[in-house]
Amino acid sequence: MQKYSNRKFVIGAIAIIIGIVYLSRLFWVQVVDSTYKLNSEKNSIRREEQFSARGLVFDRNGELIVHNMAVYDLMIVPRQVSQFDTVELCQTIGIDIPFLRKQISKARRHSMFKSYKIVHQIPDTVYAVLQEKLYKYPGFFVQARTLRKYPYNVAANVLGYVSEVPDRIVKRDNYYKSGDYIGFSGIERSYEEVLRGKKGVQFNLIDVHNRKKGSYANGKYDTIPQIGGNLVSSIDIELQQYGELLLKDKIGSIVAIEPSSGEILALVTAPTYSPSDMVGRLRSENYPILIRDPLKPLFNRATMAQYPPGSTFKMLTGLIGLQEKVLTPSQHYSCYGGYFSKARPIACHHHRPSLDLAEALQMSCNAYFCHVFRNFMEKPGFANPDSALTRWLKHVHSFGFGTHLGTDLESELKGILPSVESYNRIYNGSWNALTLLSLSIGQGEIAITPLQLANYTAAIANRGFYYTPHIIKDIDGNGPIDRFKERKYTTIDSAYFEDVIKGMYLAVNGGWGNGGTASIAQINGIDFNGKTGTAQNPHGENHSIFVGFAPLTNPKIAIAVIVENAGYGSTWAAPIASLMAEKFLTDTVKRKSLEERVVNKNLLDRGEKEQ
Amino acid sequence: MRRNSNIFAKIDWLVVLIYLLLVFAGWINIYAAVYDDSHHSIFDVSQKYGKQMIWIIAAFVIGFVILLIDYRFFSITSVLIYAGMMLLLAAVLLFGKEVNGARSWFEIGSIRLQPSEFAKLATTLMVARVLSKPNFIIHKFKNLIHLGIILVIPMMLILLQNDTGSALVYSSFVLVFYREGLTGWVLVIGVLTIALFIASLLFAPIYVIIFLVTSFLLVFIKMAFHKKKAINYSILIVLSAAILVAVNHYLKLGYNSYLLITIPVALFTPFYLYAFLRKKVKAALWIVLIFWGAVGVNYSVDYVFNEVLEQHHRKRINDLLGIESDLQGWGYNVNQSKIAIGSGGFAGKGFLKGTQTKFNFVPEQSTDFIFCTVGEEWGFLGSLFVIFLFVGLLIKIIQIAERQRSTYARVYAYGVFAIFLFHFTINIGMTIGILPVIGIPLPFFSYGGSSLWVFTIFIFILLNMDAHRFELIN
Ligand SMILES: [Zn+2]
Repeated sequence: MQKYSNRKFVIGAIAIIIGIVYLSRLFWVQVVDSTYKLNSEKNSIRREEQFSARGLVFDRNGELIVHNMAVYDLMIVPRQVSQFDTVELCQTIGIDIPFLRKQISKARRHSMFKSYKIVHQIPDTVYAVLQEKLYKYPGFFVQARTLRKYPYNVAANVLGYVSEVPDRIVKRDNYYKSGDYIGFSGIERSYEEVLRGKKGVQFNLIDVHNRKKGSYANGKYDTIPQIGGNLVSSIDIELQQYGELLLKDKIGSIVAIEPSSGEILALVTAPTYSPSDMVGRLRSENYPILIRDPLKPLFNRATMAQYPPGSTFKMLTGLIGLQEKVLTPSQHYSCYGGYFSKARPIACHHHRPSLDLAEALQMSCNAYFCHVFRNFMEKPGFANPDSALTRWLKHVHSFGFGTHLGTDLESELKGILPSVESYNRIYNGSWNALTLLSLSIGQGEIAITPLQLANYTAAIANRGFYYTPHIIKDIDGNGPIDRFKERKYTTIDSAYFEDVIKGMYLAVNGGWGNGGTASIAQINGIDFNGKTGTAQNPHGENHSIFVGFAPLTNPKIAIAVIVENAGYGSTWAAPIASLMAEKFLTDTVKRKSLEERVVNKNLLDRGEKEQ
Repeated sequence: MRRNSNIFAKIDWLVVLIYLLLVFAGWINIYAAVYDDSHHSIFDVSQKYGKQMIWIIAAFVIGFVILLIDYRFFSITSVLIYAGMMLLLAAVLLFGKEVNGARSWFEIGSIRLQPSEFAKLATTLMVARVLSKPNFIIHKFKNLIHLGIILVIPMMLILLQNDTGSALVYSSFVLVFYREGLTGWVLVIGVLTIALFIASLLFAPIYVIIFLVTSFLLVFIKMAFHKKKAINYSILIVLSAAILVAVNHYLKLGYNSYLLITIPVALFTPFYLYAFLRKKVKAALWIVLIFWGAVGVNYSVDYVFNEVLEQHHRKRINDLLGIESDLQGWGYNVNQSKIAIGSGGFAGKGFLKGTQTKFNFVPEQSTDFIFCTVGEEWGFLGSLFVIFLFVGLLIKIIQIAERQRSTYARVYAYGVFAIFLFHFTINIGMTIGILPVIGIPLPFFSYGGSSLWVFTIFIFILLNMDAHRFELIN
């Protein structure tokens, strides 16, 4: 085979020639010909996220309550930035040069290749000017975003706000990138996944003048953004607005629920803030002010403040008595200024000495319910106070007290209920009905949120059941979340409710002269039923409480009002609840002078004085 | 143990050094190609470069083990390995996993193996085995058929896997056959066919004919000086022209018939006269064959192009030739590839500083188009270094091949050479835009375990045989 040995030169030459051809070609492409270098600049690929507009929110009457407006974020890709006129850019967007420098160096630290937001939320007027000049700033581009807009500018505590996603969420959830927006509180948060839609990604070719040349690979890698789903809130925005007006210069909450569905009609907390104060760049100015405010406007009292229910709890004491057969509606107990036991005497106010159940509710007799409670606790069926209390707690729980209701509102607190263990701990195991007596009138180791109180009222209005309260009645045309369609029955038979409701009716409509404690809440032509309450406040004047519903049959609204430091339930809470009911049921409030008195009342100084 | 220490004293360490340099350069370029700010560590095994590192370590182990194997093992088991590999190729068609449209992967747990990579090795061993049979004369028709079958089986099986690139690799064995005595015409015809195919796509047929006739005249002139009997071939030329016209007419090709006749005749006349006067022309048969072959290629181009080649091949070829400006698919890739390499300049942008290769959308970024990263980040100097290493390795393989005493080892070495040359030529040629995009990896550089291991095995078997060359006698 040696005869073909010379062919190794031919074969070797092929390899060498290919090497030389390739090297010459590479030399040409890499060193001589500059078109590829220019091309490289012309062919930057930029990944732009396409944000979908967040879904809209309507109120129960179809009024638009949250929508979007366009703003623009200025982004850079540090690697693509070259010399530019910093002064001009800063003037155009109204920022100072050190800030721009700081942002650019931040972006560089973040990544040389990825886009980074350096100026947030440029208004569209500024954007119009900036857009014209953008070609002078290679590496800079603008990303359109939407900000929330609130035509009614109320219900901040319900709607919540949208803000930039915090780093801890970026780390956990790879949908979000640093600089994205996320619903941070209220329904923006609890319905984030519906509202946000789905963002898309576009890869664009960018030329040396920072202009889009077209989409990369004909859009093969792009994804189309999906618009966020719309929500219909159960809120009646005008009622909400009216509630916020009534609680002006007061501390407290109003929660109104439609008993037949559990839909929240109004959820007012006061003091509050205007939702548009928390939009875009305004938030960074306003948030620190709000967070430092001693009146805590960011604190959603309607779902998070916890108060003793006071006398509004008496309906439940009565219902438990009836259910457990330790009470009949016609049972009379006499009261001479209170219930006097050795352990802790409970005083009562002045009223007729002997009352039946309805009258006891009408006149809010403390002694009556102490009797009922004691009879229950000492009922022969119970082996010991432990089992009696356990049974009592079961009834109370069934009205949604002491537990999270499971609404679609974020940060809902569960209130406080005593437990067998806590009493054993506190009283070293030796306690009895008398020790717990104040529970019968809603005082002592019990606390509820305004939302729970309203839900309780709705359960009474429904004669024994409730729907989990919720703020969104329709998600993108699909109705509410399924669990909100479920009836939750209380442990009290519906037959027992009429006697209690009768008491509530009398409290409002029984007439002042007859001892009705809530006559001020009476509405002409409407059967408004209610009960006042007073929550003892060791730090200042007592909190004024009222619960009520209307009308008597097929109730349309159940409402709970708590006004802090406002004294008796009848003074401020009852008229507010009554005005709300009137507004909701008749659309207009005829009692202008009452309205005016409430609106103009300032109760803010009362609490502070005593603290 | 003694023999083991012997082998390390006898292996060609320069080849090992080139091998290590290529593997290492490949690894850091995969790192650069896939590099993302958020995943820094080159050892991160969730990323391609981390996986490649594991494969590199495995390749070293494989290479080491191969050096320990008795050198006779390969020649003895060639047939067995080949047969087993062909069965695997068939099996992958049935049980394999489809990735990017090619059903050429076996998936075992998280590891994917590509039998077509290993088939190259098996075929090389088999070809070496057949060619080294005593008294094997390559020109014998029977033998040629025999060799043809050895190559066609894997080619067909791989084509069925929809992996044209890997199938074309087997054409590189022509070089091996050439070295073992096959006529040099195969190279000439091969080059001419490719040139014609491209020319026919690029230019109007009439220019191709002119080109054909002229180049073919040059051959004729050369022959006319040495051969006699030119007179007979004037008849053949006229006959050819006549048939050309007839074909043009019946197939309604629409060319000007006068042109078809006059050009060959007019151009041939003086040389025919010259040959006639000297009466030296003898190899007229060759001339006619080439002439008709060339015409055939020219006219079959459209058919092959439109009927035989699949859409994506057509596209790649068109892109390469700049016929259609396709910024969407492969054309875009090639364009971006050229831009990336071009933007590297003389000294490159620096390690991890590339901008053009920094996006992850092109799946071939770390595999078939890995040379872009070299070009962009290391510039012309880096390209020079890599090409120098490859050509150096190729020359080194020829040197090793020629010093073998057994035909088996020499043929095997040339097989290694041919396959490396093909991969190197096609891969880099496509990234710099002078060859169509055929998806085959750049040895040692491209991301992927199968190809790295196979090229490692190729080299280490060669080193093993070379170390024992004084014992291995045909
Ligand atoms: Zn009393």
